[in-house]
Amino acid sequence: MPFETTIHAFAAALGDPSAAPPAMTRGRMGAPDVRRFSVYRNNVAVGLIGVLEARHPVSRRIAGDDLFRAMARAFAHAHKPRSPIMIAYGEEFPEFLAGCDGVEPCLADVARLENAWVEAYHAEDEAAATVGELAALSPDCLPRARIVFHPAVRLLRLSTPAASVWASAQRCDMPAAPIEGIGEDALVTRPECDVRVRILPPLGYDFALSLREGATLIEAAQALNDPAFDFGTHLVGLVESGAVASIIPGQTP
Amino acid sequence: MPIADFRHGAAPAPPSVGVGFKPEHFEAIVDTRPELGFFEIHAENYMGAGGAPHRRLDAIRERYPLSLHGVGLSIGSPGPLDQTHLQRLAAVAKRVEPALVSEHLAWSTHEGAFFNDLLPLPYTDETLSRVSEHIDEVQNALRRTMLLENPSTYVVFAESEWAETDFLREIARRTGCGLLLDVNNVFVSAVNHGFDPDRYLADFPLEAVGEIHLAGCSEDTDDAGLPLLIDAHNSPVRDAVWSLYAAAIRRLGPTPTLIEWDNDLPAWQTLLDEARRAERAIVQGTSKSPERVDAV
Repeated sequence: MPFETTIHAFAAALGDPSAAPPAMTRGRMGAPDVRRFSVYRNNVAVGLIGVLEARHPVSRRIAGDDLFRAMARAFAHAHKPRSPIMIAYGEEFPEFLAGCDGVEPCLADVARLENAWVEAYHAEDEAAATVGELAALSPDCLPRARIVFHPAVRLLRLSTPAASVWASAQRCDMPAAPIEGIGEDALVTRPECDVRVRILPPLGYDFALSLREGATLIEAAQALNDPAFDFGTHLVGLVESGAVASIIPGQTP
Repeated sequence: MPIADFRHGAAPAPPSVGVGFKPEHFEAIVDTRPELGFFEIHAENYMGAGGAPHRRLDAIRERYPLSLHGVGLSIGSPGPLDQTHLQRLAAVAKRVEPALVSEHLAWSTHEGAFFNDLLPLPYTDETLSRVSEHIDEVQNALRRTMLLENPSTYVVFAESEWAETDFLREIARRTGCGLLLDVNNVFVSAVNHGFDPDRYLADFPLEAVGEIHLAGCSEDTDDAGLPLLIDAHNSPVRDAVWSLYAAAIRRLGPTPTLIEWDNDLPAWQTLLDEARRAERAIVQGTSKSPERVDAV
């Protein structure tokens, strides 16, 4: 049998739990062996479930081991990795959770935050700007300045208090539980090696999003239509959290 | 080009025993700085852009030689190698400057889907040619010799016409690659397929071996109720595997040896104890052996 045909049949049977073991495989009795072939099928499933468990420790505690494993198994069955790099596997898992019947919205939000955490953890290394560097800039050049964000930065608008749930789960071993409440905006950064998660103050998310899309500080602030908004405070907050790689000073008018 | 750089003065003198590096053990390693021959890493775990994994690896590299073990290149695929992944592997090899580079006689990717396991292939003239072409490609991309690891398998293929040991010998002859002798895989496959592991070792092209792997396995049964060992890397090396290892060392002489423990990780000291046992086995095996040969 051609090599390609054999491997194709093997791969097809791996992906279909109800399929018989491939006809060309042999156990010790000289025939296809269900339990032997199941080892491969099980290795694939258990491996992918393990990747998702490692990526989502808090979601797993919220859902409980059995429910999390069942959802991870269903996801792994429907989403074969497209790359051998497992640190990137599971990016679509939070949206998959959001689409599962009976899953609390907060659980999918916590999973989104954990996804962002892993992305930040593995992001490119780059030095973050310091508050000292910010202070050294002439105030005149700030309104027209633009911000280059650190490559690890992730901004999340969550419809639930998932960032608080996630943060409380870091502090204690009690099972985390989803709580009722208003949504939160989260900022994930990693100025050195440690990932940080901050809950942004009101308007902070919209401000940072405008800046990331290329607006100057004054443009981003004016777009918020809030005379009380102080872009300086928010800028210091972003720099302190390690979100800013560099500040490109604007031309003085 | 040398099959194993360790034998050409690039690394500490034998007995050179290493362990698989796990981030969970990082603090114990940097705090205690144990004497060890090398650490082995899975290449795919260091293909992220940056961050803590790279920093930890830099700290390990400052103190120890590295062995780079790929688990995702799918050398045993009928289709072409994933060129993007091959370039990623070459980039990691360039960055971490490993003393050894190895991959598996197995496939894991088919039609773009990655199966996250080391899957078996039939041993035929066709598969021999394809695997050899793939190894040529890897060695050209990396500009160095790689080691190919013998697999542990749960099934064989009706169309296979080569013995695994002959298949590996012919690949090494055609490509000039070295071999990574995984003694636990020999034991697992021997139990699973009912062959004599000593005979397998006697038939194995030991002259090409540049590294040895030792690991633990778990046990199940097949449809006929016969024992089925699973290459789980989740437990201590079995006594039967230590015996096979001693036999291999008597014939090979000192050979870089790795303790692989990837799942249900033990305390660092437990892993180190396994490494010390391998070091003692090398000393004993090479001092008493009447038939010691310097391989390569």
